[in-house]
Amino acid sequence: MSAVEDVVTEAPAVEAVPKRAMTLGTGTSVVVLLLLLVVPVFAKNFVIFQLTQLLYLGLAVLALNILTGGSGQFSLGQSAFYGIGAYITAVMMEQFNIPYFLCLPVAGVLCFGVGFLFGQPALRLSGVYLALATFALATAMPQLLKLNFLEKWTGGVQGLVVTKPDAPFGLKMSQDMWLYYFTLVVVLAIYIFSVNLLRSRSGRAFMAIRDNEIAASAMGVNVALYKTLAFGVSAGITGVAGGLSAIAVQFVAPDSFTITLAIQLFLGMVVGGVGWLPGSIIGAAFIIFVPNIAEGISKGLSGAVFGVLLFLVIYLVPHGARQVAILGQQFASRLRKN
Amino acid sequence: MTQVQLAQGTSPLLAVRDVSVVFGGIVALNGVSFDMHKGQILGLIGPNGAGKTTLFNCLSRLYQPSSGDILMEGASILKRPPHRIAEIGIGRTFQNVALFPNLSVMDNVRVGTHARTSSDIISDSLRLAWIRRGESSVNKKVHEILSYLDLEEVAHTTVSGLPFGTQKRVELARALAADPKILLLDEPAGGLNHEEVYILGDLIRKIRDERHMTVLLVEHHMGLVMSIADHVVALNFGKKLAEGTPAQVQADPDVIKAYLGSKDQ
Repeated sequence: MSAVEDVVTEAPAVEAVPKRAMTLGTGTSVVVLLLLLVVPVFAKNFVIFQLTQLLYLGLAVLALNILTGGSGQFSLGQSAFYGIGAYITAVMMEQFNIPYFLCLPVAGVLCFGVGFLFGQPALRLSGVYLALATFALATAMPQLLKLNFLEKWTGGVQGLVVTKPDAPFGLKMSQDMWLYYFTLVVVLAIYIFSVNLLRSRSGRAFMAIRDNEIAASAMGVNVALYKTLAFGVSAGITGVAGGLSAIAVQFVAPDSFTITLAIQLFLGMVVGGVGWLPGSIIGAAFIIFVPNIAEGISKGLSGAVFGVLLFLVIYLVPHGARQVAILGQQFASRLRKN
Repeated sequence: MTQVQLAQGTSPLLAVRDVSVVFGGIVALNGVSFDMHKGQILGLIGPNGAGKTTLFNCLSRLYQPSSGDILMEGASILKRPPHRIAEIGIGRTFQNVALFPNLSVMDNVRVGTHARTSSDIISDSLRLAWIRRGESSVNKKVHEILSYLDLEEVAHTTVSGLPFGTQKRVELARALAADPKILLLDEPAGGLNHEEVYILGDLIRKIRDERHMTVLLVEHHMGLVMSIADHVVALNFGKKLAEGTPAQVQADPDVIKAYLGSKDQ
């Protein structure tokens, strides 16, 4: 709990306009959007695939950010919701021949339900205890996905191969390219909805609970309801991210959704900056690319190199990408003054 | 003034009826009763451990009385969960300031309107037209309160960086945002210097007069209570010791004994 509070409190953006605190300025947004639109045109298929991965993992980090940065609840169980979303999408697509774009909303809604229900018993827990309860969920999920009676749909330990969709309307576009733009639209839409949500009455209720439950309750905030809603929303978005990953990777298997994934998402959130939604994509970039960089530096000791790089980030910019953004902003305004 | 109000107000706005609170054998409150009438500033005083805060927490539904009842406009509040107290017009501030430290002053006050507004997560995410209308009326109201309490300059500042006195005013603004009929103030003078206490007293009176509120003031600071309260209830060891005008209570031998100790000791 206190770690999160520290991260958010100590950000030096005391005088910043509140909307800046959560999102990017208009100028920066336009530049980022243009980059996301244009870069794939000049990239190879593998790079496009990696960018798609960046988007859906960024979405999963964003989901955790709403839960932890928004409502102050920890979760090490995001891999479970991610796995459920991936499996719902894969099973619907492969066993029931339902088009992929219809599977994602179903995955989202069902994962919202699972998250909302899981949030009920989790209400009694907070801080590290909540983290442990969600950890249990993450540990149980791969085994649940292997259960015998589900095997005719899930394919058991073997997993399930997913067919990659072609570009529609006779568009001359590779499957990877189409999937990238499809993912981009889904992720952008959810990003905008999330920003709206956090700026709204519900979002303020989340943050009020994060900062002071008793005061929030005295202001009329139904603490139990909003805590479970935050869990539901986070799980729902994570489910959509999982569904996108199933389509992009073309394969789901129980052991893709272990606690390691949950920890990676947690890491992504911290590196991106807790409570800062645009940081999610930077956090995702860290968990995708930094292990590769570490391997490039030393094959045998890639884990150790990754550890050192992570350590450097935490030591130099403890508030993650958000801190870098704020420092950059201050530097820019100082340049303008001179 | 008190006599006039008591005469005209036949049914009290808030009635505390024979409230007792027992914590595992310790009697924190023992059959306390009193009435609050519309427009009153009622001071609740007593030495440490007298049961002031316990009573306060019963009113804001953090504690459940073992017996007795609390009636707001004739209806019991004891079946309401804590988050459904604001909507019937009971607003509060906290002893040591309980703001949302990472939110701006404006957002803190916006949360104050929560009980008076409605929304759902889907409409909020989509920022539907009715949500935008609601937000703009919330913003209008928040700006009105901020300017009323002279907080507009710090509207966008994160609360945790503000001086204590300003934070107290933000808390007051947050409570006002819910349009309470009764304002419960838990030791508002705590941590303020002499001059600030004076300003606070004027402010509480101003709020009562201009915004037509009834104020319950739980306070250690005798000077403040005696200068602004119309009616004073003194507690000691969980029991009501005396009740009346500030002058009456001040002159009450039991109250003097409780505060200064008896001559025999």
